[in-house]
Amino acid sequence: MLSAVAIGVQVTMILTLVGVSQGVLADIARNSRGTGADILVRPPGSSVLAFSGDMPQGIVGLVRKEPHVTMVSGTKVQSIGNFDSITGINIGEFSAMSGGFRFLEGGPFQGPDDLLLDEVYAKAHKLHAGNTVELGLKWHVAGVVESGKLSRMFAPLESLQEKYSAREKVSVVYVKVDDPKNVQAVIDSLHAKLEDYKVFSLDEFVSLISVDSIPILKRFTNVVVGLAVIVGFLVVFLSMYTAVLERTREIGILKALGASPGYVMSILMRETLALAVAGAIAGILMSYGTQWIMKVFVPTMPMLIVHAWWPWASLIALVGSALGAVYPGMKASRQDAIEALAYD
Amino acid sequence: MIEIQNLKKTYRVGDVDVHALRGVNLKVERGEFVSIVGPSGSGKSTLFHILGGLTPPTSGTVHIDGRDLLGMTDAERTDLRKKSVGFVFQKYNLLPTLSAQDNITIAQDIAGRPQGFDPQFEEILGLLGLKGRLHHKPRALSGGEQQRVAIARAIVNHPAILLADEPTGNLDTQNSDAVLGLLRDLNTRLGQTILMITHNPEAAAYGHRIVKMRDGRVVE
Repeated sequence: MLSAVAIGVQVTMILTLVGVSQGVLADIARNSRGTGADILVRPPGSSVLAFSGDMPQGIVGLVRKEPHVTMVSGTKVQSIGNFDSITGINIGEFSAMSGGFRFLEGGPFQGPDDLLLDEVYAKAHKLHAGNTVELGLKWHVAGVVESGKLSRMFAPLESLQEKYSAREKVSVVYVKVDDPKNVQAVIDSLHAKLEDYKVFSLDEFVSLISVDSIPILKRFTNVVVGLAVIVGFLVVFLSMYTAVLERTREIGILKALGASPGYVMSILMRETLALAVAGAIAGILMSYGTQWIMKVFVPTMPMLIVHAWWPWASLIALVGSALGAVYPGMKASRQDAIEALAYD
Repeated sequence: MIEIQNLKKTYRVGDVDVHALRGVNLKVERGEFVSIVGPSGSGKSTLFHILGGLTPPTSGTVHIDGRDLLGMTDAERTDLRKKSVGFVFQKYNLLPTLSAQDNITIAQDIAGRPQGFDPQFEEILGLLGLKGRLHHKPRALSGGEQQRVAIARAIVNHPAILLADEPTGNLDTQNSDAVLGLLRDLNTRLGQTILMITHNPEAAAYGHRIVKMRDGRVVE
């Protein structure tokens, strides 16, 4: 029972990591779509998910002059540590493009120190309109908005540029065109004029948001999978080794009845399989528990239940368990029947 | 049926050679019930272990149903235990997590036979008085009942010989008499060849003949 739970923990570990990775990426994709933009322009050399590179704000004006472009909004993303960032926006431009914020508390920026928080961040940090919050610099929470648009924290663009010594710098330029049919034409034109800059359609950008785009996340997932195999191996190894010792006499009885080493091995392997299956089921069930825990305690990191990973996580548990059962199984199958029968 | 000539078995214990059997000669006919008696260390158990294919002989010849045990591989001795030999132990040696019935059918499973009891074996179960006790786990059975389950398990695959090692050693007089009576019944009714180790002269008297062992040899 305890062994099955321990195997379950490794399955949960994998499913939680994958679930959080995909949840966070899905959140980024949803927020990007929430901008209402058709095209994104990023600085040269920037990676897909690192929004904090800078480019001259003059790009915004240049893009605005393009045929078929109806709206342009430059944003500055400022990292403030702990994976958090504040996005500087021109609220008028951004609201026009995205359809505007839906305020749950408070209202738009009134001063340079004003900050808007999305409901998830506000709830996670127990912040309300009117509060002051220390995020490296002091900010006044002007409002709490419905989540799903661009970011979790917003500040006036100019104010953010000023506070972080990034005058006339923006990180991402969001572009809206008059007709979706013209998106590619605008992209081609921008590519021609802004050599080396990254210009994506929103659909293309969203399609690039995956674990494969973040090498460190992929490596981290591989490390966790490796750890899970080792944990499964150790749990089953210890459990089966103990079982073999405890059942020395029973193994002797089976051998006296004519059980071959393969028969004895197959019994242990069947038990291991049952243990791994029970552990996998327990792990899958426990992943719903971790999803709930993440939702309550770390709501800014949404976790998805990724069904496609259930068989993989179960297979990883099974492989670790099977490896762990090999040595005890061999020990059992090679046991001398006479010695085993004399064992008390 | 069983023909043993100049059988020797030497164990290596540390740096010392222990001569457990020093030239045993014995012949057992099909359908015989032979009691083997002798003091501790006389080689009775070693003889049983060799006849049961649990350990190989060092030298000499041992034929069971025409098969020579000398030079048999581990796999061949496993096959011998599976098909030709049934064991009954002093401590019953039932698997504690299985019911009486499963303890019997696992022997069929190991032998690769279909699990289930034919009418003849059902009759034997009746003779052993186990019909109403088959679904009980060993812990719910008395010592006598457990030993009867062990006998049923030993003969379910119709082995050529049944080796019983002190089958009444853990039983009271009443149960001992019952088990010995059953062994004699099986011998009489089914013609089952039985070799039984015992310290008890009364138990030994149930056999057709008594073989005495001492210091690794048959002395009478």
